[in-house]
Amino acid sequence: MGYCANTPEEIREMLAVIGAGSVEELFAPIPAELRAKSFDLPAGISEFELMQVMRGKAAAGGADVVPFIGGGIYDHIIPAAVDHLSGRAEFYTAYTPYQPECSQGTLQALFEYQTAICRLTGMEASNASLYDGGTAVAEAALMAMRITGRSKVVLDASVNPLHREVLSGYLARLAEVPQVAPKGCDSDLTRLMASIDGDTAAVIVQNPNFFGSVADLAALAAKAHELGALLIVSLYPIAAGLVKSPGEMGADIVIGDGQSLGNPVSFGGPYFGFITTRKRFIRNLPGRIVGETVDKNGKRGYVLTLQAREQHIKRQKATSNICSNQGLCALRGLIFLSALGKDGFAELASLNHDKAEYAKSLLAKIKGVSVVNAGATFNEFTVSLPGNAAQVVEKLLASGVAAGVPAGGYYPGMENALVVTVTEKRTKAEIDRLATLLEDALCN
Amino acid sequence: MQLIYEKSVPGRKGVRTPIPDVPKAAPLAADLRREAPVALPEVSELDVVRHFTGLSRRNFSVDTNFYPLGSCTMKYNAKIMENAGSLFADCHPMLSLLPGGENLVQGPLSLIHGLEQQLAEITGMDEVTTQPLAGAHGEMTGIMVIAAYHKARGEKRKYVIVPDSSHGTNPASAAMAGYEIVTIPTAPYGDMDLDAYRAAMSSEVAAVMMTCPNTLGLFNPHVAEICAIAHEAGALTYYDGANLNAIMGKVRPGDVGFDVIHVNLHKTFGTPHGGGGPGSGPVGVKKGLIPYLPTPRVAKKADGSFGVEAHPEGIGRVSDFFGNFAIMARAFAYITMLGGEGLIEVSEQAVLNANYMAARLKGEYELPYDMTCMHECVFSASRQLKYGVHAIDVAKYLIDRGYHPPTVYFPLNVKEAIMIEPTETESKQTMDAFIEVMLEAAQVAKTNPEALHEAPLTTPVGRLDETRAARMLQVCCE
Repeated sequence: MGYCANTPEEIREMLAVIGAGSVEELFAPIPAELRAKSFDLPAGISEFELMQVMRGKAAAGGADVVPFIGGGIYDHIIPAAVDHLSGRAEFYTAYTPYQPECSQGTLQALFEYQTAICRLTGMEASNASLYDGGTAVAEAALMAMRITGRSKVVLDASVNPLHREVLSGYLARLAEVPQVAPKGCDSDLTRLMASIDGDTAAVIVQNPNFFGSVADLAALAAKAHELGALLIVSLYPIAAGLVKSPGEMGADIVIGDGQSLGNPVSFGGPYFGFITTRKRFIRNLPGRIVGETVDKNGKRGYVLTLQAREQHIKRQKATSNICSNQGLCALRGLIFLSALGKDGFAELASLNHDKAEYAKSLLAKIKGVSVVNAGATFNEFTVSLPGNAAQVVEKLLASGVAAGVPAGGYYPGMENALVVTVTEKRTKAEIDRLATLLEDALCN
Repeated sequence: MQLIYEKSVPGRKGVRTPIPDVPKAAPLAADLRREAPVALPEVSELDVVRHFTGLSRRNFSVDTNFYPLGSCTMKYNAKIMENAGSLFADCHPMLSLLPGGENLVQGPLSLIHGLEQQLAEITGMDEVTTQPLAGAHGEMTGIMVIAAYHKARGEKRKYVIVPDSSHGTNPASAAMAGYEIVTIPTAPYGDMDLDAYRAAMSSEVAAVMMTCPNTLGLFNPHVAEICAIAHEAGALTYYDGANLNAIMGKVRPGDVGFDVIHVNLHKTFGTPHGGGGPGSGPVGVKKGLIPYLPTPRVAKKADGSFGVEAHPEGIGRVSDFFGNFAIMARAFAYITMLGGEGLIEVSEQAVLNANYMAARLKGEYELPYDMTCMHECVFSASRQLKYGVHAIDVAKYLIDRGYHPPTVYFPLNVKEAIMIEPTETESKQTMDAFIEVMLEAAQVAKTNPEALHEAPLTTPVGRLDETRAARMLQVCCE
């Protein structure tokens, strides 16, 4: 049943060696009054019946809906090599590489991952992954508070609302988090700059932001640095193929959700969070870090390094409580980036941009629909509809299309705004159909 | 082995991207545009396949080697769970939050609800959230729930108590939730010192965090009393489920007096460890704490359908959606497949295997707490010290003989600790072969200790210079 191997004969032999009369005797240290009062679970089943149950649940999972939705999680291509290689059991049935000599596969892969993420974000140091995009925002804020010794974090309200909720929970007892409302769909850089003061540990923005707007953050970085604060940028990694990196714009810490890099949407996970920074802040990074070294014969190898920051050594003084991270998802990210390669990744980003711009131009032609973003966008944009966006979305869902994320649920007063996502996987036919359905819905 | 970047050749192409079927858009403005493409490798798909296949062969793993890494429960990960988990790859979580979207995702929502109910029954808790993404994340969530409970009662408590044998994540998680830590020493009988604990308990203590069986693999017979002492002072009790694999169907933390628990789906419920995650750390609570669970909650409606509900009094959101769903799907599959009897067998065989290991090895290795253990046993290499041999030397010798070493130097309260957790999925035959090598290592320690210091010799690299790594801090290739 439980994949247990011992035969009744072997069990008898083992009990004899132990000197116990029965397996139950081994549980004697547990006082009788502490024994389970109930354990009411159905009888087990075989693989065959299990898959019937699981297929039934998966069939009612909305996988056939055409998604023009994102909210931080995006439907991108995943090269076949990603599943096959990350599906090698030598990777997925191993654990944290505590014994480096027999874990060089995982360690070198994570070193290569750290390199890829640094290059993507334009930064100098990366850890081996965090849990997801939301917790990465929170870890970055805590890191900035450690570096600066300050406890105020200025938050752009056009950062993904789900990430902002996670941040508020993490910081509830630890910091003050004033939020700066966006101007329309764009980060209000003027007000963000004005909100930074001598008590500010960091200012947190997202690029592109929740509404799809892309901004140049160089001036914000300069202002933050002038007052001794750090700039934290949450990055949608596919955008890095086309948009200037946060590092070039002056960011001190870059984070984001790595899901788009080779991980399926999977109803919420697993994904991975990434975090990169300047080399001088490396000792304040949370989580595992892989470093290069040599063995006693001078041969290059990789180990977990700076472990004195971590909970298993520092306990309550650690930089974070994180232990297990999302290693396998980060590996998928690395394989994805390697399989596409330098040109392929840039082409993928361009294609996302082209498709979104095409959709944007089509939707903007519909009577009563206008684009709200004032400037450039990347693969997401926000349109204002003549009526309530939530009602329109519900209507289009009946036709098998998720038209976008209504902004009103997160931004009171924006009930007519719809955030539309278009990845490279949305075909021209699907985009055309979205426009037709939307036009029909608005006319009727 | 070369890095993938070192295999790069300018102009070499990898996987083809979709064929453009829309007009090319105008380029971004210069101040927003990346000047040069990201310096990713330029390699063929076959290069990628050979590279990562090559890397995979430089790993020990459960599928290739016995992996008795104590405290990590490295059991066999059934292949069918991979099939089950991947069925949901194309289900977008945002659908569940759209108006009218719930109806389209009844399958995954019913799975989450089903898993929560399974875990509640297994642990004796009243409700469970699957949002936490790993064990440590579960701990932090649980302590945040406890903080919200005290706050709602207008109480300001500032301490969390942990035993010195606890996992490092316990104090780190409580500290992240804003608490100061009080550490209690281990008594000679192998458990938290009861007198020291009693003395530390006060109306300023928010919670005590316990791992039971503890990290020595011992079941604390005073655990109910520990809970009662906390409750008397108005503090709550936290159960770290890291070692739940030992007691399924035998003890339920909820029955014993624990208020909050987390479980590790990647340990007890057979989901793979992924080379360092993804894990999953659902949290269960007793009735009085349900209001403080994170938002949103998956709820079963009167008509039998499932919905996503805001949970306004709760601690907020601890991860973006409902947790590491594809990992949860694997755990749901595991529990459903094994059933109640199967889970009981798991714990019984895990405990049998660990006691067999203890009985066979204690002749040559010091067993500081020589009593019936649960799912793991902790030795010390103290007898080998007189030959200049340390726990790490025994560990490296095992690598040469094809075994992943046990956990060494943890728990911190055992000198030269060697922590062995065979798990239930290993056979007597596998363990006997491992035991022979452990006994052989003890002999080599006496006769030729230098051979142990030299190990490992069969791996792609020998012992690595960790000091140099920390000094050079080369964490990505230039």
